[in-house]
Amino acid sequence: MATFPEYIAQNEERDGVRFSWNVWPSSRLEATRMVVPVAALFTPLKERPDLPPIQYEPVLCSRATCRAVLNPLCQVDYRAKLWACNFCYQRNQFPPSYSGISEVNQPAELLPQFSTIEYVVQRGPQMPLVFLYVVDTCMEEEDLQALKESLQMSLSLLPPTALVGLITFGRIVHVHELGCEGISKSYVFKGTKDLSAKQLQEMLGLAKPAASSQARGSQAPQQPQYNRCGALALRGNVADQILWRVLASRFLQPVQKVDMNLTDLLGELQRDSWPVVQGKRPLRSLGVAMSIAVGLLECTFPNTGARIMTFIGGPATHGPGMVVGDELKTPIRSWHDIEKGNAKFMKKAAKHYESLASRASASGHVMDIYACALDQTGLLEMKCCANNTGGYMVMADSFNTSLFKQTFQRVFSKDVQGAFKMAFAAALEVKTSREVKVSGAIGPCVSLNAKGPCVSENEIGCGGTCQWKMCGLDPSTTLALYFEVVNQHNAPIPQGGRGALQFVTQYQHASGQRRIRVTTIARNWADAQTQIQSIAASFDQEAAAILMARLAVYRAETEEGPDVLRWLDRQLIRLCQKFGDYHKDDPNSFRFSETFSLYPQFMFHLRRSPFLQVFNNSPDESSYYRHQFNRQELTQALIMIQPVLYAYSFQGPPEPVLLDSSSILPDRILLMDTFFQILIYHGETVSQWRKAGYQEMAGYENFRHLLQAPVDDAQELLHSRFPMPRYIDTEHGGSQARFLLSKVNPSQTHNNMYTWGQESGAPILTDDVSLQVFMDHLKKLAVSSAA
Amino acid sequence: MSEHGYVAATSYSQAQPGLGGYQGGFGAAPAQPHYGHYGGAPQAFTAPPTAVQKFPTSSGPGLPPPPGTGHYNPNSQQNGAHMQRYPPATYGQPPQPSYNSMASPAPPPPMQLTNQMSGMNLGNYGPVQNPPSATSPMAQQPFRGPPPPNAVQPPMPPQMAPPASMSMGQPYPGAPPPTAPGGFHQPGPGLAGPPGPAGPPGYPQQGGPFMGGHMAGPQPGGFPGGLGPQPGPPQKKLDLDSIPSTTQVIEDDQARHGGQVFSTNVRGQVPPLVTTNFTVQDQGHASPRFIRCTTYSFPRTAELAKQCQVPLACVIKPFARVPKNEAPLYLVNHGENGPIRCNRCKAYMCPYMQFLDGGRRYQCAFCSCVNEVPVFYFQHLDHMGRRVDFYERAELSLGSYEMVATLDYCKNNKPPKPPAYIFMIDVSYNNIKSGLVRLICDELKTLLDKLPREEGAESSAIKVGFVTYNKTLHFYNVKSSLSQPQMMVVSDMAEMYVPLPDGFLVDFQESRALVCNLLSQIPEMFTETNESETVFAPVIQAGVEAFKEADCSGKLFIFHSSMPTAEAPGKLKNRDDKKLVNTDKEKTLFQPLKATYEDLSKDCVAQGCCVDLFLFPNQFVDVATMADVPSHTGGSVFKYNNFQMDTDGEHFLRDLRKEVQKSIGFDGIMRVRTSTGFRATDFFGAIHMNNTTDVEMAAVDCDKAVTVEFKHDDALSEETGAFIQCALLYTTVGGQRRLRILNLGLNCSSHLSELYKSCETDTLVNFFAKSAYRAILNQPLKNVRDILVNQTAHMLACYRKNCASASVASQLILPDAMKVFPVYINSLMKTPPLTGSTELATDERAHQRLALMAMAVEDSQLLLYPRLTSLHYMDVSNEVPPAPTRCSEERLTDDGVFLLENGHVLFLWLGQASPPDVIQGLFNVPSLAHLQAHVCALPELDNPLSKKVRAIVNDLLEKRPRSMKLQIVRQKDRPEMMFRQFLVEDKGLHGGTSYMDFLCHVHREIRQLLT
Repeated sequence: MATFPEYIAQNEERDGVRFSWNVWPSSRLEATRMVVPVAALFTPLKERPDLPPIQYEPVLCSRATCRAVLNPLCQVDYRAKLWACNFCYQRNQFPPSYSGISEVNQPAELLPQFSTIEYVVQRGPQMPLVFLYVVDTCMEEEDLQALKESLQMSLSLLPPTALVGLITFGRIVHVHELGCEGISKSYVFKGTKDLSAKQLQEMLGLAKPAASSQARGSQAPQQPQYNRCGALALRGNVADQILWRVLASRFLQPVQKVDMNLTDLLGELQRDSWPVVQGKRPLRSLGVAMSIAVGLLECTFPNTGARIMTFIGGPATHGPGMVVGDELKTPIRSWHDIEKGNAKFMKKAAKHYESLASRASASGHVMDIYACALDQTGLLEMKCCANNTGGYMVMADSFNTSLFKQTFQRVFSKDVQGAFKMAFAAALEVKTSREVKVSGAIGPCVSLNAKGPCVSENEIGCGGTCQWKMCGLDPSTTLALYFEVVNQHNAPIPQGGRGALQFVTQYQHASGQRRIRVTTIARNWADAQTQIQSIAASFDQEAAAILMARLAVYRAETEEGPDVLRWLDRQLIRLCQKFGDYHKDDPNSFRFSETFSLYPQFMFHLRRSPFLQVFNNSPDESSYYRHQFNRQELTQALIMIQPVLYAYSFQGPPEPVLLDSSSILPDRILLMDTFFQILIYHGETVSQWRKAGYQEMAGYENFRHLLQAPVDDAQELLHSRFPMPRYIDTEHGGSQARFLLSKVNPSQTHNNMYTWGQESGAPILTDDVSLQVFMDHLKKLAVSSAA
Repeated sequence: MSEHGYVAATSYSQAQPGLGGYQGGFGAAPAQPHYGHYGGAPQAFTAPPTAVQKFPTSSGPGLPPPPGTGHYNPNSQQNGAHMQRYPPATYGQPPQPSYNSMASPAPPPPMQLTNQMSGMNLGNYGPVQNPPSATSPMAQQPFRGPPPPNAVQPPMPPQMAPPASMSMGQPYPGAPPPTAPGGFHQPGPGLAGPPGPAGPPGYPQQGGPFMGGHMAGPQPGGFPGGLGPQPGPPQKKLDLDSIPSTTQVIEDDQARHGGQVFSTNVRGQVPPLVTTNFTVQDQGHASPRFIRCTTYSFPRTAELAKQCQVPLACVIKPFARVPKNEAPLYLVNHGENGPIRCNRCKAYMCPYMQFLDGGRRYQCAFCSCVNEVPVFYFQHLDHMGRRVDFYERAELSLGSYEMVATLDYCKNNKPPKPPAYIFMIDVSYNNIKSGLVRLICDELKTLLDKLPREEGAESSAIKVGFVTYNKTLHFYNVKSSLSQPQMMVVSDMAEMYVPLPDGFLVDFQESRALVCNLLSQIPEMFTETNESETVFAPVIQAGVEAFKEADCSGKLFIFHSSMPTAEAPGKLKNRDDKKLVNTDKEKTLFQPLKATYEDLSKDCVAQGCCVDLFLFPNQFVDVATMADVPSHTGGSVFKYNNFQMDTDGEHFLRDLRKEVQKSIGFDGIMRVRTSTGFRATDFFGAIHMNNTTDVEMAAVDCDKAVTVEFKHDDALSEETGAFIQCALLYTTVGGQRRLRILNLGLNCSSHLSELYKSCETDTLVNFFAKSAYRAILNQPLKNVRDILVNQTAHMLACYRKNCASASVASQLILPDAMKVFPVYINSLMKTPPLTGSTELATDERAHQRLALMAMAVEDSQLLLYPRLTSLHYMDVSNEVPPAPTRCSEERLTDDGVFLLENGHVLFLWLGQASPPDVIQGLFNVPSLAHLQAHVCALPELDNPLSKKVRAIVNDLLEKRPRSMKLQIVRQKDRPEMMFRQFLVEDKGLHGGTSYMDFLCHVHREIRQLLT
């Protein structure tokens, strides 16, 4: 058997799943004593170029409460053409199309390597993709120009059949009718009045004519014997459908048809022309604009993949959803204001956006937010729009930056088949074998409120359901799923028994197809009393760290801050107590096995991370960081918690170094990747050399190469990541060096630098504890018999 | 605010409770509770002291004949008199001997003369302000020969065979009653001839204020008997020619003053009739084009005023057109200090201010406050006490002028922006189908080049904006920098707003390409529409918001087709209930329905937003409500029932062109100041009043007039007279803030005869019409009609009692200046608003009611007495258009062709036996039978008759404020009914008596009052 790390990597590669424990404690009681719950990071649409979608539909267990999908773990009786569901043990007949089945002629879904398999649903129409641009016009000319260009560019990236729509807003919201010749036409709405979907429908003239349906209604009873009544009704429906498409098509039209028109329209787009008095913010009706976008799609394309892409250049200052008044002298809320209860618009605004988010997710639409402004724009209030619908949240200083431009372009990146790397309107269902139930999920999803035998009473994150909706997802979208072992201590699981899970993800592929991806996984049970070692060995500390971090962030978002840190510390201490190797009350005796060794360090950095610390971050930044953290896959999330640091020097090839102040040396160049930022830091000496211009001089090519090396590596990262990180080039003493200094472990500070003697490195001006101190305390607490 | 105020009498009794003495008789008559103040008249009359009764008679009460002889012939005498009085440029002449006018053999007591003459300033060289009349009444009396009143005798039976020729030359009182004072007729019909027994040519004799006509009538018994109640058989025998003729009066006045110069250098002089073609020379009093009064001699005291019940009012038309040959208004600029005003009453510097103390101070003519003359304005006085710069300063020498307003007179102390015109087109199914939208859009492309502009400006400063609407509103951005127009649809009707801050209101010249592009596209865009619901209040609201946004005033041109039934504020439903007609609830048909519109009016006025409404209804649209906003914002309402492109298109376009091009002022606020002793108490017009003194006018154009009623506060002084200063602060079409000041001086007299002598019938009728039309909002029609009759009778009875020489009771004696008053009142009562008939469309009635409320004297005169001219005997080579004939069926002849117009309708009536050559000449068809049924225009034919008639018609269309649709009716055709209702001397089609019957009725009333 392969080592656990190999096993984990292999599983991740194949199924997109990482479990905190790869061997599960076999009873509820033991499981709770493991401190870290049985949980998984699951990337539903992990890119599997090697996995051809299967052109038929899955075979389902016939038990109504189960409906699990036939999978390699099922026991199959080839002669009787029966299969036993491995979740409910129901015996099912194969459908007639499987009549040719035999040991040597197995369908793909029974092959072990197809533990993850993708089916294409053959029924139903091809769905168009819908892209609705919602564009703020209250911004500087330059910004708007850049944005317009980006938008125009994006039209060329859309598939010709995709439908596009345009809503612009400033003080007034304009819903543009597309494809008008000779005149540009828009429906306008005041930014102070929220509209229900129905009102909007009427105002946009999208209401289905009541008369025709009434007429049909009155006709039907009169001629019940009319044998083609059904056909008639159907035809009526079709006619209605067509009419409604025509009506809707005024606002949402295929790119190929309105390409030119829309390009011109965008070209003519002017800054919001309402005068802004000095000392005031422009009135920006963001809340209503988003509401209208949601309403428009809601009534035209419910349950069809659609993206509402909102581009904002500042906070909503007007109407429902406003986050700040228009007086410039009152700044937008800070964490301080929020703590003091001085953020008077926050609750109301958040409520507004929450209701929008739930409407959008109910109809399967994604809401993206591209916020480009130097100040905050209200992401805190709007976060649920992106978080709940699986939309993107992008934050930059200006639309005229490569950060925005590249990021936006990357939204439209395509896979090898030429389809967008985005999927829509997905529903994830989790099925569990009897010993385990699902407690909840944390990630860009909302509950579908599906109760069932798999649902645990114990909720973690978004729980109480076994189905979640993800309106938008991409290959890296990762959910954290938490499980509960429910097997009682006194009902031992037979040797060799395995716990099984099945993830069924139905989604709309970018090509318009509906697809179903099924991942079936099993893990061994182990009795925690006798086989604690094997359980400990199966610990995936990276996954565990992220899973715990997601939980912590979830708690931080929903509860008060300091408690979260205390909770996190307690969990860590308990884990140390449980799996550490030590003598009671002797901190020096504490040892951690290799599978746990990095975990405390992750926790140390997590405590310091912007996901849990709001100091030095605006509420918007916190929301943004948390948003990314909650959707990214494991490795990216790890980088977020504990940035990676590479050192470049003449001493040898580039090497990863400790994220520690001791790594900051004068003759080094450091490359730090925090996921959000790519930072190149030139040590004191290097930076002096650079300033002196040695890199330009003959004979100093090696220095030039040294300078170039981190830049090249940074470029690589910049080009591959979504969203594009902020690129920072700084040097010793540079103001931007603060990004580095705030991340590294402050092993040297102004408090201890002299006592630490001759150690080189850079002291960090902070009172934060260093990793060393943290570990010392941890050990002390872990071994303490009082705890 | 209009509880009272229908008529003068009202307020007298009510406003001055102090006059307890009269209360009993005058006060609210218990009999007519609804209209108490007004209604007291009949009974009231008994109250006045009998002493007065005979006082003014010039001749012995018992001797009607002798004076009568002299007097009679009012027309000519008056004619003559006036000519003499106002010879062009001769005002400086010495006064004519007063005797001239004293035709009466039995000279009236001096006192009376004095009274009569007191207003005459003609003789003065001096400044008007100091009429010497007081000291030397005789000297001044000169010519103002008191126009003799008229006597009429309607019911004279057979012997009065009317003169065969009823041509214009014919004076009215045709035949003398047998018993009547023969003298009456001596002068004979010849109005032309200088009658008077003696005296200088043209000087009438008539000293007596009253005169005589006598209702010769047979005996009282016989007369009344035949009157009133039974208009039947006896009447037929009565002759129209025996009763005063409006056309005659008009013609006489034209003959007397036509082409003359009327210099306003004398206080209290009665101007020529509105129908007369004369030239005004402003010499200290505002031109009658701007202000006309019901009487130019106010009674000195409230008691007198109450006694006679002649309303004291003036009709102000601040933007009246000034003919090319008259000087336009001077613009006075007092620099940054702003106009000079009295410190106390804030009256503006005007010719009536008296400079004292060597010119260092001046005394206000209105409140008598003595003010310092500002240093920069100081000027020495000449030996007459007149400033040396008298002739250099318009405000010292002219009755009307403009002043530059400083920032203090602007909203928020900011200079105003030029106004804007917004065209708001209903693009619902009806208007698209009828082709109207296309018509409007095409017309606007050229019409917008002709927007009114400031004198001397190269192009108009007025901005234009466009809105189309049905159930939703569509705004258009036509900013010149755009490549194509942008349309913005607002569907939220609850809170209207303008979705674009700039680009909506643009300069046409700058955005011409885009605007034309837009106007070409609008009809196309809605070709396929099947939306038939419309909104209305939000449309106006949108306009107001647009003006607010642009911080300017302006005008909305709304082209609307149907009742606004779509879900929106101001939604209306059909409430046209014919069952209400002739009930106490009939008034609800005239009342606007919703508070929404009231608020809207206030908004509009506050922003200076005038609303013009062009309606194209196919059915009831609730004009009373829809026109509410226009009628408070200085707007006009045009209505084209069942609009057909081919028949109404041109008609509508003419209206639109006039309306767009007419001169207009915006965001006006008018204040009427008066000298002490009386004040303005009530105002009628397309205006809004927030308080009792400031007349707020979102806009006022050259056709809109405000009627102002005055009441006494105190006794007036005969010496100083009464002054009125109307100051209108407004924004010009070029965006300048200005004051237009109109000053007028009136005489005061203790003698009612003076008052009756200087009455202006047309103005009186204007006042009566407006007050009656307002009264019907609150009272049953019948009350209003009764009041009209009663007050008419009362006024005439008072004259008879106090001013006329004694005569047989059966005589109907009318003051000369008011001799045709009854025909107007009768006509007024037959107008649709005052006619309770289910056959009349409610909308039509409401429309007419509102239209009249803003009318000036000339328009109301024409409306109430349409011009009927015969074309068949016309001399086609004559430049002068044929003279009008009386509006009576009797004047129509089977072989005649008549043209009738009243400013709203225009008929060409073809007699059954019209000569074929005339028909051929006009229509190019051999006979009447060949004429198509629905012809509505005259073909352009190259023959003198056709040219002449078309010239006449075109001239009318040009001259009148509104376009008229030419309707061709053939005698005995069904449509002839429509035509007949405008023959106002006949019995009304929907009820209402003939002129003759009415006169008899009034006469009876008078007699009752007198007994």
